[in-house]
Parts: sequence; C-alpha cells; structure tokens
Amino acid sequence: MKSAVITFPGSNCDRDLAVAIERVTGHAPIRLWHGEQTLPEGLDLIGVPGGFSYGDYLRSGAMAARSPVVGAVVEAAARGVAVLGICNGFQILTEAGLLPGALMRNAGIRFVCRTVALKVENTASRFTKLYQPGETIHIPVAHHDGNYFADDATLDRIEGDGQVAFRYADGINGSARDIAGVLNAKGNVLGMMPHPERMVEPLQGGTDGARLFEALAQSVLERA
Amino acid sequence: MSDTQTAPVATITPQIVAEHGLKPDEYERILAALGREPNLVELGIFSVMWSEHCSYKSSRIHLKTLPTTGPQVICGPGENAGVVDIGPGADGKPLAAIFKMESHNHPSYIEPYQGAATGVGGILRDVFTMGARPVALMNALRFGRPDHPKMKHLVQGVVAGIGGYGNCVGVPTVGGETNFDPAYDGNILVNAMAVGIAEQDKIFYSAASGAGNSIVYVGSKTGRDGIHGATMASAEFGEDSEEKRPTVQVGDPFTEKLLIEACLELMASDAIVAIQDMGAAGLTSSSVEMASKGGVGIELNLDNVPQRETNMTAYEMMLSESQERMLMVLKPGREDFAEAIFRKWELDFAVIGHVTESGHMVLKHKGETVCDIPLGPLADDAPAYNRPYVTTPLPAPLTDVPESADLAADLTALMASPALASRSWIWQQYDHMVMADTVQIPGGDAGVVRIHGTNRGLAITTDCTPRYCFADPFEGGKQAIAECYRNLISVGARPLATTDCMNFGNPERPEIMGQFVGCIEGMGEACKALDMPIVSGNVSLYNETTGPDGIARAILPTPAIGAIGLIEDLSTMTTLAFKSAGEAIILIGGSGSDELGQSLWLDVMHGRREGAPPQVDLDAELAAGGVIAGLIANGSVSAVHDCADGGLAVAVAEMALASNIGAALDHVRNAGFWFGEGQGRYVVTAANGDAVLAAAKDANVNARIIGQTGGDAIVFGKGGAVSLSELRERNLAFFRDWMEG
Repeated sequence: MKSAVITFPGSNCDRDLAVAIERVTGHAPIRLWHGEQTLPEGLDLIGVPGGFSYGDYLRSGAMAARSPVVGAVVEAAARGVAVLGICNGFQILTEAGLLPGALMRNAGIRFVCRTVALKVENTASRFTKLYQPGETIHIPVAHHDGNYFADDATLDRIEGDGQVAFRYADGINGSARDIAGVLNAKGNVLGMMPHPERMVEPLQGGTDGARLFEALAQSVLERA
Repeated sequence: MSDTQTAPVATITPQIVAEHGLKPDEYERILAALGREPNLVELGIFSVMWSEHCSYKSSRIHLKTLPTTGPQVICGPGENAGVVDIGPGADGKPLAAIFKMESHNHPSYIEPYQGAATGVGGILRDVFTMGARPVALMNALRFGRPDHPKMKHLVQGVVAGIGGYGNCVGVPTVGGETNFDPAYDGNILVNAMAVGIAEQDKIFYSAASGAGNSIVYVGSKTGRDGIHGATMASAEFGEDSEEKRPTVQVGDPFTEKLLIEACLELMASDAIVAIQDMGAAGLTSSSVEMASKGGVGIELNLDNVPQRETNMTAYEMMLSESQERMLMVLKPGREDFAEAIFRKWELDFAVIGHVTESGHMVLKHKGETVCDIPLGPLADDAPAYNRPYVTTPLPAPLTDVPESADLAADLTALMASPALASRSWIWQQYDHMVMADTVQIPGGDAGVVRIHGTNRGLAITTDCTPRYCFADPFEGGKQAIAECYRNLISVGARPLATTDCMNFGNPERPEIMGQFVGCIEGMGEACKALDMPIVSGNVSLYNETTGPDGIARAILPTPAIGAIGLIEDLSTMTTLAFKSAGEAIILIGGSGSDELGQSLWLDVMHGRREGAPPQVDLDAELAAGGVIAGLIANGSVSAVHDCADGGLAVAVAEMALASNIGAALDHVRNAGFWFGEGQGRYVVTAANGDAVLAAAKDANVNARIIGQTGGDAIVFGKGGAVSLSELRERNLAFFRDWMEG
C-alpha cells in the first residue's frame, strides 16, 4: 500500500498516524509538507492527521483546508483515492467540502480526552469492512471541537446512504445523532473524531484501531 | 552613560529603586559595581537579575547542600534542565532524559488560564532548548478551599490553560496531583513539569563562546507583555494583586509547536554553539546567562529585535516576558542555513548582536549605548543571603485518638472528600495519549511513556504532602522524595532522579525560612539514601497574602517533587487495578504501628490536624522497595499500589475502583490499621500469596495477607461494607457537582 501523511503547521498526530500505518501495514507512508502543490503518483491512501493546524485560529481546520496540498487532496479524492481525516483532519475535510457537516465546540465546552465506545454503523466501506455489523469498539477521543452538526435533511440523507461510519455509544460532545465518523457518498473519504492510530497495539490499551488500517491495506490488494 | 540615552533621562530616586523591588543596600551594591549611577535600563536589568526568581538569593546556599550527582547524572542543576542517562534508543544510540519542574504561581492566581498555559510553555522550552523532544508533561496543583468564592474559577482556568497549551503543542500530560487547603486561598500553586528525550551526543548547553559569533533571536516578536513578571513573582500579594494582570504573559502554543520543530531541525545540524530560551526576565536573563556561563561579553543592537509594537524602549524590550522566544549563538557562517529553517516554519529570525571578549553586557538602541554593565555582578556575584531562620518546633504527639464507628462509612467519606475525589474531571481535559506512546494514563501511581521505538518506558510522578511538611518540615521533605520513590517502584520502574519545585512563603520571616531549611534537609537525606539525585529545580518564594487585617498568611510549605524512573521491559509494567477475583491482597512494608498523626482520616472525619506526621525510615523504605521490585520482576504480583493519603483502606479502594473488582477484607476493627498513614508500604495482589509472604520474610520486610479480591463491594469483615457502584458515585461526585452543579 502506498500512502502519504500530510503535515500542516500545528499538526501533532502526523508521526503517530505514520507509525500506526507502518506498524499495521508494513509500509511506511511518505511524509508530505502542506506547501506541496502535487501529490506523489499512485497513492492508495492520504492521511490527514490530528492536531491544531494553524493553532485552530479562525476555525478548526479552516486555514489548513485552504493550503496548497489540500487542493491536490480534493482532486485525488475525486479520482477515488482513499482519504482518511482524523480529528483535526476530519475538521479539515469538512472545511474543504469533502465531507458533509461541520464540527463545532463540544457541548460541554471543555476539551475531552478518553477512550470511548463506538458503534460501527457501516461495515461495507474500505475503511470499516473488518468490523462486524453492530460491533462496539473502543478508541480514544481527544478534542475540543468534535460536536458534529448538519441540518436534518443532510443527516437523514447520510443516514439513509450509509455514510455514518461510527456513532458514540454514549454522547460525549453533543454531536448530532451521536455521529463520530462520516463517509462521503462514494465511500472513499472518511472523517472521524476518534483516533484509531492510538489503538493499534495491546500496550496502548487495545487494538480496535488496527483493523481500520488492515482493512485499507486489504482493499488495495483486492483492487490490484 | 545616561547622557547618551535617547529616552528622557530619569533620575534614580529611592522611590524608583523601591519600585524595582531593590532594597537600599542592594542599590548600594549596584553603585559599587558600576562605579556610577545606573540609568533606568541598567536599573531594570539589575532588578530582574537580582530578583528572588532569577537570583535564588535566599535559597542558593541551602540548595547547594542537595545531592546532585550520581552515575546516572549527565548534567545537574545550573542548566535549563537536568539530564540523566536512560540507555539506548531504538537505533542503539545512548539517550538522555531531560526534565525539570517549574512554578507559575503568581501569574496563575492573577490570570489562571494564561498563567497556567505559559507555565507549561516555559517548562517545555527549558527542555527542548537542551535538544530534547518533549515526551511528557506533568503538573502539581494546589488550590484553596473549594468554597472560596474565587476557587472554582481558578481551578477551571488553570486546568483549561494547562490543557489548552499542552494539547495544542502535542505533548501528552500523563499525570499530576491536586490538593485543596485553605492555606492556598490567596496563593494557588501551579507547578508544571516537562520531560524530554535527546540523543546523548546532541545535548545543547547555554554557555556562549567565540568572540564575533552571531547572537540570533528566533520565535515570536517582542511585545510589552509580562514586563517585570519576575519581580512580581518575587513579592507577596497585597490587596492590589488584581492590578498586576498586565504583568501576566500571553501564550501561543501554536508558535511553540513551530518553535519546537524548527529548533529540533536546526539541532540535527552542527550550527549551534549555545542556546537559551527567554523565560522569566526575557532577553535580559537569557543574554546574561549565556554570556556569564561562557565567561564572555555580549553586545546587542536592540533595533534588530523583532518587535510586535511600535516605539518600544530599550527598557521595555529588555524586561518583556513575551513568550515563545529563544536566543542562540551560531557558528560563523551558519546564519543563512539556520534562517532558512526558521522561515520554513514561519518564525521570526534576526541576528541581534554578537559575542565579545569584554565581559560586559552592552546594549545599543537607535545609535546610542543604553547599557554597559560588567556581567559578574549581574549573575555570579549577585546577592546571596543566609537569612535567619528558626527551626520549626516538633508537633505534640497525638493523644486522645478516636476510633472509627463504621469503617465502610469512613472510607466512603474519605473517597468522597476533595482530598481523594476522582481527578478524572481534570485529566480528561488533557490530551494524555498524543504521541501514541502513553502506556499508563493518569489515575495510577505514575504516568508511563514508552521510549519511542523501544520496549522500555519512562515512569513519571509528582508528589508532596504539604500538611506533613507544615507539621515537621524535615520529615515532610523526606516523605515527598520517598513517595516519589514508591510511586515509581509501584509501576515497575527503577527510580533515577528528581526535580524540585520549592514553594514557600516570605523568606524574610525566620519561621518560613525554617520551613525551607527543614524541607531541604529532609529531601537531601532521602535523595541520598534512595539514590535519587536532584538534577534541576525552581524556587518560588513570597507565596503569601496580607489580608485586610494586616496579617500575612503563607501557604503550607510545599516542596513539590517530580521524579522519573526507567522500566527496562514494559511487559513487566504493573498497574494498580485488581486483575482477577480470588487473589490474595497483601500489605507489604511498614513498621506495623498505626500512625494517625496528621492523617487525612483525622482531618476529614474529625477536623483535627494534630500529632507528628508519619516518620520515613529510609532503610526500611529501600528494603520494601527492593522486595516489590523483585516481585514485579519475577511476575509474582498482579497489581501494586502504594499506601499514601488515607492509608491502607484507601489504597485498596483505589485498586478496586480501577478494576471494578471488590475486596473482602479481614476483620480488623482499628481505624489506625485501615486509615493510618505509616510510610514505606505497598498493597499487592497475587495468586500465590504465600510466595509473596516468603519473599518479604527473606528480606526482613513485614508482610501480611489482609483479604481477598472479588465481589462488587469493599467488605470490612463485620466492620461494614460499601458497594463499588456507590463508592464510585461518591468518588466522582465532588468535581461533577462542583463544576457542573
């Protein structure tokens, strides 16, 4: 699997994501600087990591979404390349228009970091196909702006189209319908607030995040 | 000199001297050092360099008595942080842990969010200045009584500030401690600790050298914020403390993150001669320290300092405490190479001066020389006082010891009290998992982070029991070190070294100075015995407030200790949670006497803070620690937790709550047994309890089985029971009701 992980000024989970992808798939991702205008050829996966790109100034993800590399990511997504946005990466992908909805300040106002239970709602996508239908998995969250919002019509539509990938088992941040992760209509772009890259080996407290990266690697092999 | 100043010439009056926090005799020393009157810039520079915060003038002679060396120590106190050997990294190269704890007390009381946030920012810079990538943050917080009208606001602000900064820079906050006591009503304590890891051949120091080498300023621009912060932090609060808000700096963790990455990128090259962060007293202390450590001189042209505001004077630039700034000396010809890195990270970079051989600090501004001071008197020859002190009288022994009417009810009340209530409300606001190497999260005995790419870990803890230190500074000082030792041992680590953050009242009062001296003596004795040298630290004095009644109220003596230990094989790491039902619960260590003096139980249940605090027997401490380390190494124990506040019963309850497995305890109807705070004790669980007892007996360490794991309650034989669900609810209620009620 050929993958890349982007670093924006203020990204702080870029190394974690690259390490997790390499650990699970055996392939070290290319590290990309935000100023790049073009992407390496033949990418199977683009990782948009967590952190505080541009210090969350203006709005979380808003400035990073306008950086040169994200223009190239939008084009790659249109060609069907898998794009995974985690936490701040999810915020960037919604700001870039690749995913529906927006992430607002947590309903409790405070930052929240803890391992939460997630219900896997879609087990058909290339990201989630190794999870069992109805399965509950445990993955950490760490965010201040994870309160997912979209209007009711959008929510009804994405629910109906199977675009809701993960739902919090217990509401933690006020998200509409407890949505924790969303796919685009084509199913090749996933944004999620929880951090699967922090749960890929037993010492971290569990391996529920590893199956997401395994699924991506498997999808590449199947399509080859 | 002053006639060449472009700013209006200020005549230095006694009032101006006093406003700079300088005593008349200190001003006489300045006159003698210069051989003339200082101008205002020079006076300002002397005032910050001779402030308690920068000069350690009341504490230096006592700090020198602490043990600071050992085979594990690469660099002890005197640099930005302490450096210890932690063995090979992923690629086999030898690594060092670089760490320090520092106070940000005064600013945090005035503006809690920014005060705490910039405390985190400052301690991170101390660590990455030396070449380390920061890998963990910790903190030690002391607040006043929860029903104090300001306290909820202060707790919310401090916690949000610590999280806001650490979360953004992407360094996990893996633990800490929080106390509440009315003695902190007017002076809260915010002590932050940072730990970083560097390759041993890539450690950077601050001594400038090489006449003609460029002095480079990087990071954020200089503004008017924080002017005289160090002087503020060196005085007690009066009723006007609110007016000091403009002296609190404002932090920008985003810039700090860029600064970390840019500095580490430059440090991978060989371009740097010396580097120093601009902390308290900003450009003044960083340039003075670099020049005086290197035994050289320094000349700066302040016109080249990146400035955020217009028309800044030399005085303002030199005393500003704007955040996220560094000063470095580069090798000749490496300026362009270094500048390209900082431009890539969108940071300011400016050559602002050069190293000289003059032994003086010379400042130019708008074509004029605005300062020319010999460096000796500013730093090495700064005042040092042997202040008079009185040894704290020993407390009267505890008499009229009450008995518990209901052990389970007492335990529940203790676990519900602010002293022991769950801190998850706090640490869930900190990203404790970023970097993906956190292998033991907050809530255990120590935070543990894996050394990246290896199977080894660093265990980190912060500890101090101020009520013990108040009752008996010497024993309290010992206990703070010993408690760190126990917490590191409990997770399976070998204790390595410590950092101290000494928080006390006004040292000009002999009884306060006596507390300081007593704590230092106790700490020193324990550090020696337990082989945990102190490699870095910070002193915060004048933590007291004069109320409307004219009476000065000092904080409890609080020598907060941070310590690190090494886990050689993370597969042997232990946690405090019970692992399965049906295992023996065993108490190991201690003298067998039931010490209720200064115990939390006596305080919470009976409102009495009396008696002598428990004594720390350092030989027994080492023996018990050795037994636990051996049991962990050979896999004989499944859970380990030390006995601390609240004693044995609380230790068992914390182990049960962490696992949701209950405990059936032997019938011992004795408050001292369950709630006494005798030192050097651990609770362990084991499938084979007899083997554990035998190992303890071999080492001549007390051990007894006190019950068995299982069920969904803590059952004290016939002494009552409490369900885990009720205990958990009561344990969580304090913060939830206080903050969200």
